[in-house]
Amino acid sequence: MTEMVYGSVPRGGGEPILPRWWRTVDKWSMSCVLALFGVGLLLGLAASPPLAERHGLPAFFYVQRQVFFGGIALVVMFALTLMSPKSVRRLAVLGFAVSFAGIALLPFLGTDFGKGAVRWYSLGFGSVQPSEFLKPGLIVLVGWMIAASNEVAGPPGKTYSFALTMIVVGLLAVQPDFGQAALILFAWGVMYFVGGAPFFILAGVAGLVTMGGAFAYQHSEHFARRIDGFLSAEVDPTTQLGYAANAIREGGFFGVGVGEGTVKWSLPDAHTDFIIAVAAEEYGLILVLVIIFLYATIILRSLFRLMRERDPFIRLAGTGLACTLAMQAMINLSVAVRLLPAKGMTLPFVSYGGSSLVAAGIMMGILLALTRVRPQGEIGDYLVRNRRGS
Amino acid sequence: MTRTPLRPLARILAARQSGENPDAIERENLAARHEADRDSQRQRAEGRLLVLGIVFLCAFFMVGLKMSFLAASDPAEPRAAASGAQIVAARADITDRNGRILATNLTTHSLYAQPQQMIDPERAAREVARIFPDLDQEKLLRHFTGSRKFLWIKRRISPEQQQAVFDIGEPGLLFGPREMRLYPNGKLAAHVLGGAGFGREGVSSAEVIGVAGIERALDEELRDPGRGDVPLTLSIDLTVQAAVERVLEGGMKLMNAKGAAAILMDAKTGEIVSLASLPDFDPNDRPTPLTTGDQAESPLFNRAVQGVYELGSTFKIFATAQGVEERLVSRTTWIDTTGPLKWGRHTIRDLRDHSPALTVEDVIVKSSNIGTARVAMMIGPERQQSFLGKLGLSSPLPVELIEARGARPLLPKKWSEIHTMTVSYGHGLSASPLHLATAYASLLNGGTRVTPTLLKQDQVEPGPRVVSENTSEQMRSFLRQVVQRGTATLGEVPGYHVAGKTGTADKPKPQGGYYDEKVIATFASVFPADDPKYVLVVTLDEPVETSGRKPRRTAGWTAVPVAAEIIRRAAPLLGLAPDIEPDHGPGVTLASN
Repeated sequence: MTEMVYGSVPRGGGEPILPRWWRTVDKWSMSCVLALFGVGLLLGLAASPPLAERHGLPAFFYVQRQVFFGGIALVVMFALTLMSPKSVRRLAVLGFAVSFAGIALLPFLGTDFGKGAVRWYSLGFGSVQPSEFLKPGLIVLVGWMIAASNEVAGPPGKTYSFALTMIVVGLLAVQPDFGQAALILFAWGVMYFVGGAPFFILAGVAGLVTMGGAFAYQHSEHFARRIDGFLSAEVDPTTQLGYAANAIREGGFFGVGVGEGTVKWSLPDAHTDFIIAVAAEEYGLILVLVIIFLYATIILRSLFRLMRERDPFIRLAGTGLACTLAMQAMINLSVAVRLLPAKGMTLPFVSYGGSSLVAAGIMMGILLALTRVRPQGEIGDYLVRNRRGS
Repeated sequence: MTRTPLRPLARILAARQSGENPDAIERENLAARHEADRDSQRQRAEGRLLVLGIVFLCAFFMVGLKMSFLAASDPAEPRAAASGAQIVAARADITDRNGRILATNLTTHSLYAQPQQMIDPERAAREVARIFPDLDQEKLLRHFTGSRKFLWIKRRISPEQQQAVFDIGEPGLLFGPREMRLYPNGKLAAHVLGGAGFGREGVSSAEVIGVAGIERALDEELRDPGRGDVPLTLSIDLTVQAAVERVLEGGMKLMNAKGAAAILMDAKTGEIVSLASLPDFDPNDRPTPLTTGDQAESPLFNRAVQGVYELGSTFKIFATAQGVEERLVSRTTWIDTTGPLKWGRHTIRDLRDHSPALTVEDVIVKSSNIGTARVAMMIGPERQQSFLGKLGLSSPLPVELIEARGARPLLPKKWSEIHTMTVSYGHGLSASPLHLATAYASLLNGGTRVTPTLLKQDQVEPGPRVVSENTSEQMRSFLRQVVQRGTATLGEVPGYHVAGKTGTADKPKPQGGYYDEKVIATFASVFPADDPKYVLVVTLDEPVETSGRKPRRTAGWTAVPVAAEIIRRAAPLLGLAPDIEPDHGPGVTLASN
C-alpha cells in the first residue's frame, strides 16, 4: 500500500560501498599484511627493549610507538583501498609533488641525526623520512606516464619518466641513500619491462649481465669467492653480519626460545635492518619461512591479479608497487643471510620505524586499491572476437 | 593481422555519397586499432608479469634455502686464525723403555679478550694487571679501548689465575682450552726430548708442535690423530739417565770442565739407553737461543750429538782394527816407534817417548801416535776412508733427533797420506761423541754395524759385518789392557771388566791452530770386555784436574774416573751382575756347646 501511495523506495546507485569493497579487495594479501604487522610487533617486543634501555626509556616505549604508527599505517591503507584508481592516482601524484619538494629541500632543512646521511626532517616529537613517501607517488606517476606513452598519439612518457626517475635518483644519491636510489631505479626498470621494453634492449642487458658475471667470476677473486661461498660461507663473527649469521645458526630450526636471544644486545640495528636475525634466533627458521611465505603470497597474488588487468596504468603502477615492496623485503633478507653486502633497508611492516611503516601502508593501500576486482570487459571481448571471427 | 587503413577510400566515398560524416569512419577505425594495440600489449605484459612472478618466486626460494642452510649449520666462535683445517691438539705421550712418563699433556687455559664485549674496560685492565704483574696496565687499557676486536692476553694460565680472572666478572675476558706439553722430570733427558711450543692457535685449541729433539724429529708421528693413546716408547732408561746425568754433573764440576757429554748405548742393538749433555735446561721452560756468540755455548746445544770434536787417541783402535782385519799386522807385530816421525813439513810426536819399537798391542796400550800412524800408512788413504765410512764416521747419523741431521763429521778436504796418519790418531777428523759411540759399538760388539736409535727396539737384526768376530775380540782385549796397565787405569770397575781407550785432543782455535791448555778429554769404553753389552762414551770439555802438583788435563785423569763412576752406578741398574771371584773366605766353624 505504502508503495502505491508514496511510490517505491528509490534504488541506490548500485551495491553499498563496504560489501563491494569486501567482495572485490584481495583479502588474502590484506591478511598477509596484517600478519606481517603482527609479526613485527611480536619481534619488536623482543628486539626493541635493548634500544629503549640504551636511551633510558621504558622497556616497551618503541613497541608502543610501533603500535601507534602501525595504527596510522593500517588506517591509511584501509582508506586508500576504498578509493577508485583514478582518485588514487590523483592523490599519489599530489603526494609525489609534496615529497619531491621535501626531498629537494633536505640538504637545507634536513638533519642527519649524527648518522652521516641527511635523510630526515626533525619534527620535535619524531622525524620524517620523505624518501619513504616519495616511492609510492613516483611509482604511480611513472606507471601513468608509461601507460600514456603506449596510447596512440600519446606523450613520450617513457623518456619523461626516465628523466624524472634519474632526477630523483640523483637527489637520493646526494643524501647519500644508495639503497633507496637502487630501489627506485629497479621499480622504473620493472615498469619499463612490463610496459613493453623492446626485445633487443632486454637481450642486450641480459647479455651484458651474463658476460659481466662470467668475466667477474674469472677475473675477480672477490666475486668468485662470493659465489663459491654461497653455501658454506665463513664470516668474521665480530661484524654485524657475523652476529646476524651466528644468530640464525644459534636459532636453528625452532629457535632458542622467546626472549632468550642475545643478538639484540649486540646489534645496534636489531630492531630495524636486522630484525630477521632476531626472528631467526628466538623463533627459529620456522618464523623466517613464515615471513618469506607471507611476502611471497602478497607479491605473487598481486602479480597474478595484475596479469588479468586490462587497464595499462593500473597494471604498470601495480607491478611497480608490488615489485618494489618485494624487492625491499628481499634485500633486507638477503643481507641477513649474506647474499648481498650490508645495506640499510628496512623490512616492510616488520621493522621498527614510523616513516617506513606508514609508507609501506600507503604502498600496500594503493596496490590493494589497484588490484581490486573490476569488470574487465570480458563480454565485450567475447563479442568482438565473435564478430571478428565471423 | 591485416592492417585496416584509417580512411578506407571505398567507405569514405560511399559515406560522402550518402551524406554521412566520413570522420566517424576514421574514429571508428582508430578505436578498433587502439583496441587491438591494447590487446597485444596486454598479452605481452601478461607474459612478462609471469616471468617477474617466477623470478621473485625463485629469489624468495633461494633466500629461504640459504636461511635453512645457515640455520642447519653450527654457530661459529670467534677465531684468531683464518679459517682452515681443524686444529688438532692431540699429541702422544713419550715414555722411557719401561713405560715411565717422559712427556705428557696437561690441559690448561689461555686468556683472551674481546674488547667490544667489555662492560668496564678500565676495571678489566686494572684487575688483569693485578693478577699478572708482568702485564702493563696502560697498554692493556689501550688495547681494551682501541679498535681491536680480539687479542691474546696470556697463552697459558694456571687454574688459580683462571679463577682470579673469572672472578673479575668481565664478559669480554674469555678462556680457551690449551693442551700444554709437560715434562714431569724437569731437566732429565732434556736434550733428548727437546721441547714443544704452540703452532697455529685458535680459541678452542692450539697445535702443540715439537721445537727440538725427538719432539721435533718425530713431530708428525706424535701428532698423528690415528695414533690414539699409544705412547712413543724410547730406548732411554729413566733411572740410568738420572744416574748418568748426576755423575756427569758431579764429574764436570770436579774436573772444572765447562761442558760434558755422555752416551750409554746398547752395543748390540744401537739403542741409546742414556744420552746426556751438560749444561742442560728445563724443556718445560726452554731458554731462548743465543742471539750472539757461539751457539755451542748455549745450554740448548746438544754436545753429545751436535758437537763435532777431534776425538784424539780414541780413534787409534780403528786403524789397528783395520790393520789386524786386513792381516797387515798382528797382535805381536813390532812397529817402529822412534820419534819424531817426519813426513814432509809435518812432525809427529808421542806424548812420552817410548821405546824404539812396540808391539801392535802396546801401541794401543801406550797410545803411541807414531806407531798408529805407521800402521795407517800400511793401510793407505782409500781403504782407511772406506773403513771409517763403514763405521758410520763420515755421514750424519740417522738417530731420531732433529739436531743429528746437521751433525756431519768434518773430514779432511783432500785425504792425503799425512791426513791418513793424523786421522789414525784422531786429528783432522771431527765427529760427535755419538759417532764415536756408534763406531765403538760396531767394532767391539763382535763386528757388526749398529744403527743408533732412541726408540725401543724389540728385535734387531745384526747389521752388515764390519770386522770379523776374531778381530773384534782382539780389539776388546787390547782395550782391556789399556784399562789394566795403560792410560786408563782409573777406569777399572771391579767386576765389570771395563775396556776402553782414552783420547785427549787439543781444542782448535777458531782462527786456526790449537790451544795449548784447552782440551777435549774423551773416554770411549765397552763393558763387560768378555761379553760386550754396553758402550759408554764420556767427553769433557776443557777439564782440568788440580789435585796434583801440576794441573792435569789428560783423559786418563779426567774423563776416565767420571766414566768409571758412571759404570759403577749404572751397571747394576742395567741388570749386569758383577763378575766377582767366588770368595771362599775363611771356613765356618760350627761351635756348639
